Amino acid sequence: MSRLLVCPPDYFGVEYEINHWMRRSNTVNRDEAIRQWHGLIQVLEHDMGAVLERMKPVPGLPDLVFTANAGIAVGRRAVPSRFRFVERQPEEAHFEDWFRSRGFEVLSLEKELFFEGAGDLLGFPEGWFGGYRQRSDIRAFPVLSEWFGREIMPVELVDSRFYHLDTCFCPLSGGELLYFPTAFDRYGQAAIAERIAPHQRLVVSEEDALKFACNAVCVGKHVVLPAGCLGTEWLLEERGYRPHPLPLSEFMKSGGSAKCLTLALD
Amino acid sequence: MTSHQETVILRGHIIDSLILAKVLDTILMMGGMFDLEEVQIGKTREESSRARIVVRAGSAQLLNNILHQIQPHGASVEREADCRLQPAPSDGIFPEDFYATTHLPTQVRLRGQWVDVDGTEMDLGVSVDLEKATAHTVPMGAVKRGQLIVTGRVGIRVMPLQRPRDRDVFGFMESQVSAERPHRHVIHDVAKRMTSMREKFRQGQTGSKVLLAGGPAIIHAGGRDALTWLIEEGFIHVLFCGNALPAHDMEVELYSTSLGYGHQAGRVVPHGHEHHLRTINRIRAIGSIKAAVESGVIKGGIMAACINNHVQVVMAGTIRDDGPLPEVITDSVIAQDAMRAAIPGVGLALLVASTLHAVATGNLLPATIPSVCVDVNPAVPTKLADRGSFQAVGLVMDAASFLRELARELGWTS
Repeated sequence: MSRLLVCPPDYFGVEYEINHWMRRSNTVNRDEAIRQWHGLIQVLEHDMGAVLERMKPVPGLPDLVFTANAGIAVGRRAVPSRFRFVERQPEEAHFEDWFRSRGFEVLSLEKELFFEGAGDLLGFPEGWFGGYRQRSDIRAFPVLSEWFGREIMPVELVDSRFYHLDTCFCPLSGGELLYFPTAFDRYGQAAIAERIAPHQRLVVSEEDALKFACNAVCVGKHVVLPAGCLGTEWLLEERGYRPHPLPLSEFMKSGGSAKCLTLALD
Repeated sequence: MTSHQETVILRGHIIDSLILAKVLDTILMMGGMFDLEEVQIGKTREESSRARIVVRAGSAQLLNNILHQIQPHGASVEREADCRLQPAPSDGIFPEDFYATTHLPTQVRLRGQWVDVDGTEMDLGVSVDLEKATAHTVPMGAVKRGQLIVTGRVGIRVMPLQRPRDRDVFGFMESQVSAERPHRHVIHDVAKRMTSMREKFRQGQTGSKVLLAGGPAIIHAGGRDALTWLIEEGFIHVLFCGNALPAHDMEVELYSTSLGYGHQAGRVVPHGHEHHLRTINRIRAIGSIKAAVESGVIKGGIMAACINNHVQVVMAGTIRDDGPLPEVITDSVIAQDAMRAAIPGVGLALLVASTLHAVATGNLLPATIPSVCVDVNPAVPTKLADRGSFQAVGLVMDAASFLRELARELGWTS
């Protein structure tokens, strides 16, 4: 059973610009955002059978809704994020408090060691991939690797539109990888190709990638992804997955979609 | 320093992720060089690997640019410590764990700053002045009680030689010595370099002096005229020798023999074996070689050319010397100091037909100074080339043939 952390979008909005997608002039329709978020929750809980943990939203922290960036949690151990941008740094204490309140053993990275949680650290049971350069610092990965006893392959993110690993890289439950290769430099592409067999690599078109098709949540054979990524839906169906396309356009104004709105707690 | 370097550490899953390959490629693509000093590969898939990389660049600016480019990929500059220092316990004695120098340019880290060690020479200690933030090499015998000496190996870095820029015989980093190799192109390249160095010397440029360390075989074998001409024409600026070379040079002048052999006829002259003793005695009576030349007793030859052309001469004696001549330094520690004092400014060394003086001079020279060792015995140039200098050329040939051919390349018409 999948357990996910979510945070209602009560205070969500575009209040600063810290990525390619954010424009303060592109005002969020709060009611629509709340409707879209509840639509996601509905599918996660009812269609996919996920168990959701809800965090209390905090006024003045519009991006707290993106719980993928809370940190990383495996078993009973959690490492809260260290945000690169000062705008998101106040979220750290809230995420840390939440982990502690749920009985996680919290390990803290040094202050200057930027690490943006599951937004930049994803993978398969046998090994993880760590996105670096845009948000997370590559130096965080050897520390996390030691704490969690996992291999972490650092891959450089070279396209500012795909600023977190989870915007262009989505491991699926059957061992396949949904990804957009040119978001990585040639070394990263080669490292991914080395680890994941050609038939397991599902390459998303640029058109779908720009709609954040890779920012998907996979629970068993169910995959929630933003609406409008027809090519990706077809790729998933072909592999026996059931796509759940959802309208998440309000969150895209902040550069986030389905995956950004959840944190896996298993 | 010709090379700027910094050691960086890269850790994590750097092998399969190609992060190590990316960092090394970046260094090379930017025009730097690297030495992969150490790579520890994780024993399991989960275990991290670690690489220690020395990054080198031709300028401090380029080095900074390279470090700036590779740091986002996790290459952290290794935290380096200052060098350790201990006072010398007594005059002439280094602290127990003293650092012994090489003949390569060296730096020590003092209060966080890398400082060049002055006086590159092998087998010495390094003395430090913390107030002035300077460091210089010091021979064991010259150290004074309480002088701060570098100990251990922390905070010390040795710069490997850069490939020389000139595309001549010194530029190929060869250290083979063979009697079978043709000499002509070597001598041609040496001559070319000496021509340009004479020009630089006349312009007062540093590092433009040519040093010749030679033995008496130069005289016996018939190289005296050629060497005299080289000195008179301003190609040689420092001469290292013993007692015998000047003694036989002046014997030729006074008796037309060297070690009793008629210099022209090539026959033993009756009582000729006494000639060098009589020569030495005569010079001792006059008081000095300089006085003998200035008073007109010695009119020509190598020593006269040296005096007349203000060539710096260091004569170092040995236990088999007759006399010796007045300027010969019989205390070998003092002689070594005098030779050491004459090294700064030297940019090329010719070590001709003297095992003793060639090896002694070789020990004093930094590896950055090109040297040519000429001897009929292959063991001598081999020993010199084995010092690890990229720029040590060995020629197995007769001293006179070498000097005559060299002089001819430079315009000698005799």
